[in-house]
Amino acid sequence: MVFGRSSRKKRPVEPVTLKILVAGGFGVGKTTLVGAVSEIRPLRTEEALTEAGRPVDDTAGVESKKTTTVAMDFGRITLREDLVLYLFGTPGQDRFWFLWDELAQGALGAVVLADTRRLEDCFAGIDYFERRGIPFAVAVNCFDGAARYPAETVRTALDLDEGVPLLLCDARDRETVKEVLIAVVEHALARSADRRQTATT
Amino acid sequence: MSEAGQQGSPHWFDDEAGPVVRPYAMTRGRTSSASRHRLDLIALVVTEPAADDPGRDQTLAPEHVEIVELCSETPQSIAELAAGLDLPVGVVRVLVGDLVEDELVHVTRPVPPAELPDESILREVINGLRAL
Ligand SMILES: Nc1nc2c(ncn2[C@@H]2O[C@H](COP(=O)(O)OP(=O)(O)OP(=O)(O)O)[C@@H](O)[C@H]2O)c(=O)[nH]1
Ligand SMILES: [Mg+2]
Repeated sequence: MVFGRSSRKKRPVEPVTLKILVAGGFGVGKTTLVGAVSEIRPLRTEEALTEAGRPVDDTAGVESKKTTTVAMDFGRITLREDLVLYLFGTPGQDRFWFLWDELAQGALGAVVLADTRRLEDCFAGIDYFERRGIPFAVAVNCFDGAARYPAETVRTALDLDEGVPLLLCDARDRETVKEVLIAVVEHALARSADRRQTATT
Repeated sequence: MSEAGQQGSPHWFDDEAGPVVRPYAMTRGRTSSASRHRLDLIALVVTEPAADDPGRDQTLAPEHVEIVELCSETPQSIAELAAGLDLPVGVVRVLVGDLVEDELVHVTRPVPPAELPDESILREVINGLRAL
């Protein structure tokens, strides 16, 4: 009975899997962005995490252990039979930084989504990826009704390094989201080429 | 003080763990499979030829069987399995660890932490995205 359905099948290809993280404040459009390019409806996984040794808000100073369930959305893009890209929306709250650490391991890059009405919500993401040296691009999600600012104004407000791509996008629009992802990977590629050059000169 | 580094040795949730305890009953309380590193969310689970053999291991739980069936169609990532089976990622890691021990599946290793995929792969990703 057990695995009958699958018997006598050729061995499946084992694709290379890669991931890009999508960070940004609460409600900024992370899940929408993932859904715009994913070949599957964004899936939700839950990770039960033990927050070991972290002080808990209401018992200041007391070390205690607490289990938190964190939901992450993710999507999949099969680029080729042997190359699959996953997109992960990171949980919005800063206090889940420890989950980002796990997600960020081996990530090829990240998108920080920003909303010009609440620009400060994306600071945590920018700080995080800068500090870990993870290549990222900032994408300003242009909500209807929000004032439009030139990219340069936003760049200055965010104090972004020169090489960090900054794009305007509509998280619902597949084409603009594709552009954002391409910018992330191109940036990762440029950084990798730079590093190689530094290493050989 | 920190228990974050206890990978490799099985441990049990305490009573305060509340609603997360239920799914862990399936894994007999283990939250990480003994002697295995933490499986990445995008690690792919690929079935071994032995998994084609029906009823080989009578100790498998229905969830184990479900994982094997899902992966024998196409290899699935840990994240996809968790979403597909509606189980927390930690539980899926344990179940997959069991299947690896039974040699019914193996798990691909994604790019190691702190290393970027090589440039030719990045170029292929760019081309792939452009072609979407
Ligand atoms: N007009 C407009 N609405 C958008 C855009 N992007 C997202 N939305 C809407 O904004 C709301 C929040 O979007 P989500 O994609 O759920 O945001 P999120 O960042 O995943 O939110 P959390 O996971 O709760 O932090 C939804 O109702 C979307 O339909 C956009 O580009 N333009
Ligand atoms: Mg979301």
